[in-house]
Amino acid sequence: MKVDERVCNALVLFGMLALPLWALAQDEPFTITLVTRAVILALAAVGLNIVLGFGGMVSFGHAMFFGIGGYAMGILAYHAQTYMPLDLGLFTFEGTKSMPVIWLVAMVVSAMIALLVGLLSLRTSGVYFIMITLAFGQMFFYFAISWAAYGGEDGLSIYVRNDFPGLNTLVPIQFFGVCFAILCVVLFLVARLRASPFGLALNAARQSGVRVETMGLDPMRIKLVAFILSGAITGLAGALFADLNRFVSPSMFSWQLSGELIVLIIIGGVGRLMGPVIGACVFVALEHALGGLTDFWHIYLGVILLCIVLFARGGLIGLLTGKESAHV
Amino acid sequence: MSFLTLDQLTASYGVSQALFGVDLTIAEGEVVALMGRNGMGKSTTVKAICRMIKSHGRMVFDGHDLQQLPSHKVARLGVGLVPEGRRCFADLTVRENLLAVRRAGDWTFETVTQLFPRLGERENQRAASLSGGEQQMLAIARALMTNPRLLILDEATEGLAPIIRQEIWAAIQRLKSETGVAILLIDKSLKELASVADRVVILERGKTVWHGNFTDLSEGVSERYLGV
Repeated sequence: MKVDERVCNALVLFGMLALPLWALAQDEPFTITLVTRAVILALAAVGLNIVLGFGGMVSFGHAMFFGIGGYAMGILAYHAQTYMPLDLGLFTFEGTKSMPVIWLVAMVVSAMIALLVGLLSLRTSGVYFIMITLAFGQMFFYFAISWAAYGGEDGLSIYVRNDFPGLNTLVPIQFFGVCFAILCVVLFLVARLRASPFGLALNAARQSGVRVETMGLDPMRIKLVAFILSGAITGLAGALFADLNRFVSPSMFSWQLSGELIVLIIIGGVGRLMGPVIGACVFVALEHALGGLTDFWHIYLGVILLCIVLFARGGLIGLLTGKESAHV
Repeated sequence: MSFLTLDQLTASYGVSQALFGVDLTIAEGEVVALMGRNGMGKSTTVKAICRMIKSHGRMVFDGHDLQQLPSHKVARLGVGLVPEGRRCFADLTVRENLLAVRRAGDWTFETVTQLFPRLGERENQRAASLSGGEQQMLAIARALMTNPRLLILDEATEGLAPIIRQEIWAAIQRLKSETGVAILLIDKSLKELASVADRVVILERGKTVWHGNFTDLSEGVSERYLGV
């Protein structure tokens, strides 16, 4: 039986909302936290999907933005909780526990780094682009390890979750609500972006940069803007992830995480709006269900990934909707 | 006054030289046919104008030195290309192909679908699923959506059914009579070109060997350089 993609998308979002509400009624906060983790990973992968799925750029260093977002949260909250002002040379900053401010900083810093990384890496393509993004990711990873002021290899703990006006974010369902609302807003904006002339031009640039150029569009600029947007969204997810765990560490920059974000997208469906969301749900569910049985649960994930790549090129959404291509 | 001027244009693919001195001028609103047998440098000339390959020699469009500009800026000056082999964006629908490249001007989705009603009927169909003729119409419509002042059509009717060729020639005729767009046509159909083009430029071994009005094209010249 084939399902309409819009129905499929709506069902996934409904399920993501219903499960924590059910868990709330059953008094199972762990399940809420689990779904929150899926929501945040989905958000990070939605960001990556802009460059990978829509733009055809296989970034193997997107954990860099996830980590930047995480450390933006960690550093700001650390200075706020220790009452040690952050010395920025020209001025000092007290730090903050306000989530909206942290999100803004995480997105702006991630976007700025994405601009610099994009300017250099987008001059390459194919395997060279993969390698250069991986190299940048590893640079940040080792920088974080050596950054003793913020915990170095041990990372940085934040004792109390940051604040959101009018909410008690320490209550799992309330923090889930914040994350879920952000995911919905980002999905809406990404859907609009994909259908906009910019999104269409990005898709066209993925198919042929030369043809796009002869139509008066600069593919480099289009891809750079997409890379910046993607980095900002993944950075926002990193800030939320750090808040979920109240902990940041260099592992947020790791290449394994970059690989996992790619895997999430492939599982759900490359270039699909909800592909990363479904992929994140499946990933977190497997991690929870199989992780309790064996430490080597990634073996099973590998088998699933293999099956999807071999038999369901459009990912799980492609399988459900019967449409292999991401094109609606 | 000349709108596009090519003066002693040369170009190479690596060590293999393809153009040895192409001279060509197009006035505003003029339709020029660029002719020659296969492999004589017609498509290479187009690629050089659109800055898809490196070239040497003088190349001026509306006062701008094209040699100093990247491909997308040449297009932004108003050079619209319908490439050889259609080359639509296969994963996009007809409407999306058109909207992705649209620039402000008289040509809109509505006006191009008036020129090619088939495209309007298939606006939500993926380009990959269109017939060859429809893809060619889409390629022309897509170039028009950039609102060009010079439209270059590289083998726009090659390999198409006679009825589709007729439709495309009719559309080109309408472009000539109803708009002020200059057109550079590359095609092998002497009869159709004669009905549309004002002038002919003939290339032989990457060099301009003859140019003039269509009416001046003698049998001897046709036979010698075009093989017809």
